[in-house]
Amino acid sequence: MIGPPPSRGTQIVDESVHVHHLLDRDRVLGPVLLAPLLIYLAALVVVPLVTVFVYAFSDATTGSETFSFVGLETFKRTIADPVFQGAIRNTIVFTLISQVIVIVLATVLGFVMSADFKGKWLVRFLILLPWTTPVALSALAWLWMLDSLFSPFNWILGQLHVVPIGTPVAWLGETNLAVGSVVALQAWRTLPLAAVILMAGLTSIPPELDEQAQIDGAGFWRRLFDITFPLLAPIMMVAILFGIVATFTDMAVVYILTHGGPGDATQVLASWSFYTGIQGGSLAQGAAIGVFMFPVLLGVCILMLRRASGVEVT
Amino acid sequence: MAEVEVRDVRKSFGGTNAVDGVSLVCHHGEYLVLLGPSGCGKTTLLRMIAGLEDPTGGDILIGGKSVKGLPPRARKIAMVFQSYALYPHKRVGQNISFPLEAQGMPKDEKDERVRWAAELLGIGHLLERKPRQLSGGERQRVALARALVREPQVFLLDEPLSNLDAKLRASARLELKQFQQRLNASTIYVTHDQVEAMGLGDRIAVLNKGRLQQVGTPDEIYHESANIFVATFVGSPPMNLLPRDGRLVGFRPENVRVVRRSEHQGLGRVFACRVIRIENLGSDRYVYVAVKNDTGELTLIAKLATSEPLDVSAEDEADLVVETRHLRFFDRETGNRTAE
Repeated sequence: MIGPPPSRGTQIVDESVHVHHLLDRDRVLGPVLLAPLLIYLAALVVVPLVTVFVYAFSDATTGSETFSFVGLETFKRTIADPVFQGAIRNTIVFTLISQVIVIVLATVLGFVMSADFKGKWLVRFLILLPWTTPVALSALAWLWMLDSLFSPFNWILGQLHVVPIGTPVAWLGETNLAVGSVVALQAWRTLPLAAVILMAGLTSIPPELDEQAQIDGAGFWRRLFDITFPLLAPIMMVAILFGIVATFTDMAVVYILTHGGPGDATQVLASWSFYTGIQGGSLAQGAAIGVFMFPVLLGVCILMLRRASGVEVT
Repeated sequence: MAEVEVRDVRKSFGGTNAVDGVSLVCHHGEYLVLLGPSGCGKTTLLRMIAGLEDPTGGDILIGGKSVKGLPPRARKIAMVFQSYALYPHKRVGQNISFPLEAQGMPKDEKDERVRWAAELLGIGHLLERKPRQLSGGERQRVALARALVREPQVFLLDEPLSNLDAKLRASARLELKQFQQRLNASTIYVTHDQVEAMGLGDRIAVLNKGRLQQVGTPDEIYHESANIFVATFVGSPPMNLLPRDGRLVGFRPENVRVVRRSEHQGLGRVFACRVIRIENLGSDRYVYVAVKNDTGELTLIAKLATSEPLDVSAEDEADLVVETRHLRFFDRETGNRTAE
């Protein structure tokens, strides 16, 4: 016979019971769990953001402890500056071109990564590698690769007799090449994340859909453009939005690779804000430049949140 | 409509044989059911007929011609997947017209065919909906409409009813059958559900571990099972098997009477038993009895109609009586049916 479970007596009450009861209440537990995130957000996001807006409407500089509000004066001066106009154009152009390149290549790589073949772990590893390296480090590596004297690209081009040996290409010294270099590096470093996102998207499409389309008589291109791409579109959008945020706000690539040069030909909003506000000492104007990124990022954020909540689940 | 023939087809995945030398014919307009437990190779066999998998060996013929190496779209077959595989971004009408678009059919003719297929399945009012707005039964009809819209040679159906709830399944089974009879289409239907197989199939092919166990009409499969796998896989509860005289004696639970000891008139074979438990399921009673064996006790099940009187109760010593014509004998080693 199996008896009743052995009695453990009644003296199981101890000190911790009080705390347990407190944390069992949702009204206490909820705020306790949320507090670290809220403190973090307030200290590192809300305070700096508010500070930027305050500075942008003032005449603050790094040289003085006091400042006064000057209304839209700082903005007027900022907009009138031809370097700023170039920077805003560059930011948009660099972002658009690099993300077009990224989405095309990432789709191809997404197919490669989701395919089943021998040694796929190595391919996945190599594709993901740029993503694991901090931007500053990889930008330094590229700085060396694009050096006018020591560039391996120049050596290869010389060996292939594309350019005469002894007349190296100044990758970062010529406007068009410098722009190309910055765009290429932006695309190179945002590609892995986009490829992984698209791989995830591709693996989430049930394989029966492609098989059904095969049986329904569709060839490769029809299956690709009529079935796979439409199903991949929402996740492609997510990859593009991530890429836009990463490229639009980045200053490390320009700062390390070209310092905004030659002249100010590769200056972007983030780098120009830094040069003006921190190195130039004009906090107010640096903040005003930064504020111009806000509407674009806000728009992207709204799109992202809409995507996140409206994804179709079938 | 065409005949489908499978000749000694094999398929191995990394050393294991999913399909191990199966030969089978589905005749013109026949409804052939592939029945077996999960992992028996029935779906792999269907996918090879569809052209989604390449056989490791053997040959497949559709309409008398080998389709070896032909891609699915060259085989003129239609298939309905278990999940229905509706294109989620296309409306119902676009789903149904997709096979016709791939053929490059002119728009007028295409629209007419889509309407015809939709009317046939009673989904004409749903053409503008997206698949996610449909119920399970409606999705199944859309998948069927898409399958029949270009009048294929052969229909392949992979467990199309398993996503429907139990109540809907019986009516869907009836519709599937009527639909197939109207089109007189050669149909190969894969299922693990023996009730579906018995109800739908002109013939049933029972598979286990990649091998064909038996092919026959539902009657043959049920009453003249070729081996103990078929005997115990088909029927619910399964056939009772009892070792006696170096053989296995089998009988179906509904072909049994349970009576008080020595109240029967010597008709058929009698096994002394003890009643363990009686379950009343409404239309039937399941009577669980223990029968003595060389090694101990075996539990057998009798399925008795509740309309018949039962004069035993739990813990009674009783007799299990089976008419001789209901007895089947199987070899203990091979499991194959043997003579009386």
